[in-house]
Amino acid sequence: MAEHNSIWEALGFRKASGVGEAGWGRTLAVAIVSLIYFLPVLFIIFTAFKPQDAALSVPPTLSPTSFFGLIPDQFVFSPTLENFGSVFKRSMTSGGAPESTGFDRYFFNSIVIASSSVLLALVIGTLAAFGFSRYPLKGNDTYLFIILTTRMLPAIVVIIPVILMFRVVGLSGSYTGIILLYTAFNLAFTIWMMKSFFDELSLDVEDAARIDGSSDTKVFFKIALPQVVAGLAATFVFGLILTWNEFLFALLLSGPDTRTVPVAMNQAVSSGGRGTDWTLLAAIETLFLIPVFLVTFFLQNHLLRGVTFGTVKR
Amino acid sequence: MSTIEIRKVTKQFGAFTAVKDADLKVEAGEVVCLLGPSGCGKTTTLRMIAGLERATSGDVIIAGQRMNELTPQKRDIAMVFQFYALYPALTVGQNIAMPLHYENLSKSESDARVMKVAQIMHLTEVLDRMPNQISEGEKQRLAVARAIVRDPNCFLFDEPLSRLDVELRHSMRGQIKEVLTGLSKATVIVTHDQLEALTMASRIAIMKDGVIEQVGTPHEVFAKPTNVFVASFIGTPQMNLVEAELQSFGDGKASVVLAGQPLSIAADPAVSRLKPSKVTVGIRPRAFTTVQDKSGDTIAAQAELIEPMGAETLIHARTSAGGDIRVVVPRDKRVKVGEALHLKPDPRQTHFFGADGKAVRA
Repeated sequence: MAEHNSIWEALGFRKASGVGEAGWGRTLAVAIVSLIYFLPVLFIIFTAFKPQDAALSVPPTLSPTSFFGLIPDQFVFSPTLENFGSVFKRSMTSGGAPESTGFDRYFFNSIVIASSSVLLALVIGTLAAFGFSRYPLKGNDTYLFIILTTRMLPAIVVIIPVILMFRVVGLSGSYTGIILLYTAFNLAFTIWMMKSFFDELSLDVEDAARIDGSSDTKVFFKIALPQVVAGLAATFVFGLILTWNEFLFALLLSGPDTRTVPVAMNQAVSSGGRGTDWTLLAAIETLFLIPVFLVTFFLQNHLLRGVTFGTVKR
Repeated sequence: MSTIEIRKVTKQFGAFTAVKDADLKVEAGEVVCLLGPSGCGKTTTLRMIAGLERATSGDVIIAGQRMNELTPQKRDIAMVFQFYALYPALTVGQNIAMPLHYENLSKSESDARVMKVAQIMHLTEVLDRMPNQISEGEKQRLAVARAIVRDPNCFLFDEPLSRLDVELRHSMRGQIKEVLTGLSKATVIVTHDQLEALTMASRIAIMKDGVIEQVGTPHEVFAKPTNVFVASFIGTPQMNLVEAELQSFGDGKASVVLAGQPLSIAADPAVSRLKPSKVTVGIRPRAFTTVQDKSGDTIAAQAELIEPMGAETLIHARTSAGGDIRVVVPRDKRVKVGEALHLKPDPRQTHFFGADGKAVRA
């Protein structure tokens, strides 16, 4: 076990250890490529802090500070928090009084819907994956294939039957409906991911536990599950990102009370007839990034182990 | 009573027969090694005893009770796996304690049992570590500790020493033997290492292609192999198995033509009954004495390759008919490559096998 020297490491930050064996040159090259990848996100985050006029100015403003005169004035904007305020409260008609936008509700919806459906899929999917891995059915691979077919079609193709099904059973617009739908979608991915993690485990360990007196249930909870924690973390994060950003099904199946942020975002920028409010959009997006960012950040050590699992033979 | 018995046990995986009609009885306090080349069905046999594999037919009887339908946890056995199968998420101490959870012991009683076993297996220093933080030897000892912490009906070992280096293997062999001697349980050890089997077992069961070829004490399987396979499998260097033609038998001596040379050698009277006369003569490499002159009871050959093995020297000799004969001579016997040898086999260590591969003895 690594010793935690500081609160930062305890929180999951990695120990600063210089550039390591790769050397400065390669580290710099990687840093530059990473920056290029990160630029669009960075640009959005900056835009969220810009006053409206600065957001659309040509040439674009690029930095909140001049870095002691290093950056010419026309590229510098003065940061403001105003946009974040208007995410939650702003005047809906020109000159009208500021009113609540309901975004607090939408954020709450997104968090509840995404996390509960991913967790539910994780619970069901992990159990199913263990079953597929350890107690194969006749035609096991066929069933696994069928499960995967649910993700083979673009959402737009399956949306009509899904809407009809939801209408008939009266689930459209409800939390239950959208959570179940997302759970079903995440299940395919969860089962396949978790099955591959279980397949990698040594069966001897489970046999040993059986000989030592464990029931199948105990084997699952006490022996198998603790060994795939990294897999659970990885599956959770990937599932969360997919669900968090899902738009089409949310647009068509959520009601006014169960609207998620991507749907509300779409409506916020396209309503009001004043053209797209880029700074408002950027502010919503920035806030929208935070939850997934935090989850990924705190699970990153598990995540790295999770995605490289099984690549190193014992 | 702690005994294991399997009667006419057969295991089929689809069309493939992994184990065929295996019979074996292990008494309390007895250590039986299942020995054989890889894929011979020895591990499958062990797993059927453990209940991890279901026998297609036949009976598995542990402690006098038929257990074919019982799951492993109900058979009251302890098993050590080839790759140790330690619980990776539990500490060393928790690993040892795992089998005890199902005996409903009090915490202090369970701790005392763990401590006692940890002392026997020299694991007290590492009780709080995780399995991936201890050495290979410690992992092995932990696997054994976990098996002996309870008082099961019997012990099963699947290739327990195959992952250790030579030196560690040697010392662990002694340790396991010592521990098992004190427990007087029926024990089955699966191994492909004949030295392991010969040193640890009270009896050895030699398997090939799913069939138990011979069961006997280490001395018996070495001195009286029942067939060509056992003869070639037991003993290093391998026994010389030479095709020969039986000419006549009289006066307690068999006259054969071996590698194109006539040879007269004392043999069991049963050999006279051999028909047809094609036989395989098995002679241990250490059963030769090199003599000065050619005579009726020697084989002429030429030294081709010389391998010093320390205390002894292994000579690969070639007969005029082109056959290869392995000869082990004492270290002080100097032989040069190309030297002509006259090899006199010891009749007591010479075996006759019929055309069906079975040993011919009274």
